[in-house]
Amino acid sequence: MKFLLNRIAASVPTLLGVTLLAFFMIRWIPGDPITVMLGDRGGDPEMIAELKSIYGLDRPLISQYFQFLGNLLRMDLGKSILSHNAVLDEFTARFPATVELGLVALVWSSALGIILGVLAAVFRRSFLDYSLMGVSLVGYSMPIFWWGLLLILFFSVLLGWLPVSGRMSVMYDIPEKTGFLLIDSLFSEERWPAFWDAVKHLTLPALALGTIPLAAIARMTRSSLLEVLKEDYIRTAKAKGLGVKSLIFKHALKNALTPIITVIGLMLGALLTGAILTETIFSWPGIGRWIVQAVNARDYPVIQGGVLLVSLTIILVNILVDSLYFWVNPTLRK
Amino acid sequence: MQVIKRLIHSKGALMGLILLVLFVSVALGAQWLAPHSPEEVFSESLNLPPFWADDAHQSHLLGTDDLGRDSLSRLIYGARVSLGVGALVVILSMIVGTALGLAAGYLGGWTDQVIMRGVDVLMSLPSILLAIVVVAILGPGLMNGIIAVSIVALPGFIRVVRAAVLTEKAKTYVDASICLGASSWRISLFQILPNCMAPIIVQSTLGFSDGILNVAALGFLGMGAQAPTPEWGAMLSDSRAYIESSPWLVMLPGLCILLVVLSFNILGDGLRDALDPKLKGR
Repeated sequence: MKFLLNRIAASVPTLLGVTLLAFFMIRWIPGDPITVMLGDRGGDPEMIAELKSIYGLDRPLISQYFQFLGNLLRMDLGKSILSHNAVLDEFTARFPATVELGLVALVWSSALGIILGVLAAVFRRSFLDYSLMGVSLVGYSMPIFWWGLLLILFFSVLLGWLPVSGRMSVMYDIPEKTGFLLIDSLFSEERWPAFWDAVKHLTLPALALGTIPLAAIARMTRSSLLEVLKEDYIRTAKAKGLGVKSLIFKHALKNALTPIITVIGLMLGALLTGAILTETIFSWPGIGRWIVQAVNARDYPVIQGGVLLVSLTIILVNILVDSLYFWVNPTLRK
Repeated sequence: MQVIKRLIHSKGALMGLILLVLFVSVALGAQWLAPHSPEEVFSESLNLPPFWADDAHQSHLLGTDDLGRDSLSRLIYGARVSLGVGALVVILSMIVGTALGLAAGYLGGWTDQVIMRGVDVLMSLPSILLAIVVVAILGPGLMNGIIAVSIVALPGFIRVVRAAVLTEKAKTYVDASICLGASSWRISLFQILPNCMAPIIVQSTLGFSDGILNVAALGFLGMGAQAPTPEWGAMLSDSRAYIESSPWLVMLPGLCILLVVLSFNILGDGLRDALDPKLKGR
């Protein structure tokens, strides 16, 4: 508990730094926010001056910043220039889509990555080991936007098995409960066909998004397990005649888990990066595509709010990963 | 010498090096290797198929794109763009990152605090998002993309250099220099920094692959290189609409990105093992 509090306190300066970045971002762009807000229509000087005093832009920078912080505390992130919706509402509407995609990608890549890493470590220096590590190096270097297009080319264009864009076919109208279509579809009237449709839409993006984490997790599992297998207690376990299965899963893997969790935690950031590209390729209506569209449309409040909320998410996830770390590794608890 | 010996003994690193030399030669010799100019438009031969198709054209080995530009020539010149981009990103981020890392590690105290909190902020954003934000401020374009990606690469350099400096600073030769009355500048630049070169070299190699990948991703999102620059990421994005009719236009630029990034990653791994055998297998 004390650890958790310390960890949260330590992330406050980072969070403040992010708010500074987001605050100055708007002020660094060529032209001032009012001109950006008015867009191509322009406006006469009086109108600009009036808008400036409404938004407090005529006051000193430091008081503007405190006003900005105050607005943030009241969860007011401003409005999108394009849609006039509150930025926070737009974010919460799209967030579940990204989380669903990210979680599915993380789960399959962690599970498969650990299995492949264990196999490579157990059969060290075998053909299997070399080919797995070779493939994982390729996976690690893969430009995800190209990989996504290759998957589309193969599974959608050539085979025609899977859809190329969106989260669900238009024919299904699923009432929203959790925002996760895999769950919502099961509670809807169409149930199984709708669920199956959601799964089909999710498969390719999750496959593309999970590839880099898969490679990183497999590599880390292998090297971490090899490290543990050198230990004395493993030799003892072998000497008393323990089988390979219980040796690996009961004794070795547990102790090899800490660096693996660290990599999985690091991969969460990579997942969000990947999500920006994956969502663009597969027209997945999540946070990544939202921000890319905002940049293309120069919708600055959305970019600013998006940056704040995404980094807040990452900071929270990092705290969560650290706590997990703490829980898995009792030696840290002293 | 020992390092080079160890590097050559590692088959993987050697393969990466060979692949890299190949790409560098292609990039340097682009004007002699490419059959056409990368921007020359053959308006009578749009969307020509590559050589393995029946109706291929003799003078366009890999066909032409939707505007009638020769694919092979654009791919060859793309090597020049990509490697140039990687080099610029590494040089920019290495100089600034090394300076900041050295300052943070050597001076400690407030300087260290401010620099490392800045690193925390940069690291709390996914790399592509940070690059996109910088591009949103500076405007799209290849040069702005390079600046954006260099900023993304900074935290890696700063952390690596700072860690190395902290280790070196505790060694006795530094105490000896202080006793001899050497200035901080002299100690940090001429004594500590040369001893931190190994991790900086490894980080630079890996920074190359990240830089190339990120600039290509920006190009793919339409925020990096603009037409008609033959940049692989932008080429990929331009040919997306023709993925069904001319899939090779999508396949080839991506394959080039993959191979270049892969060669730098293999080389970086090999270099790390060769420079610091303690870290082997990590």
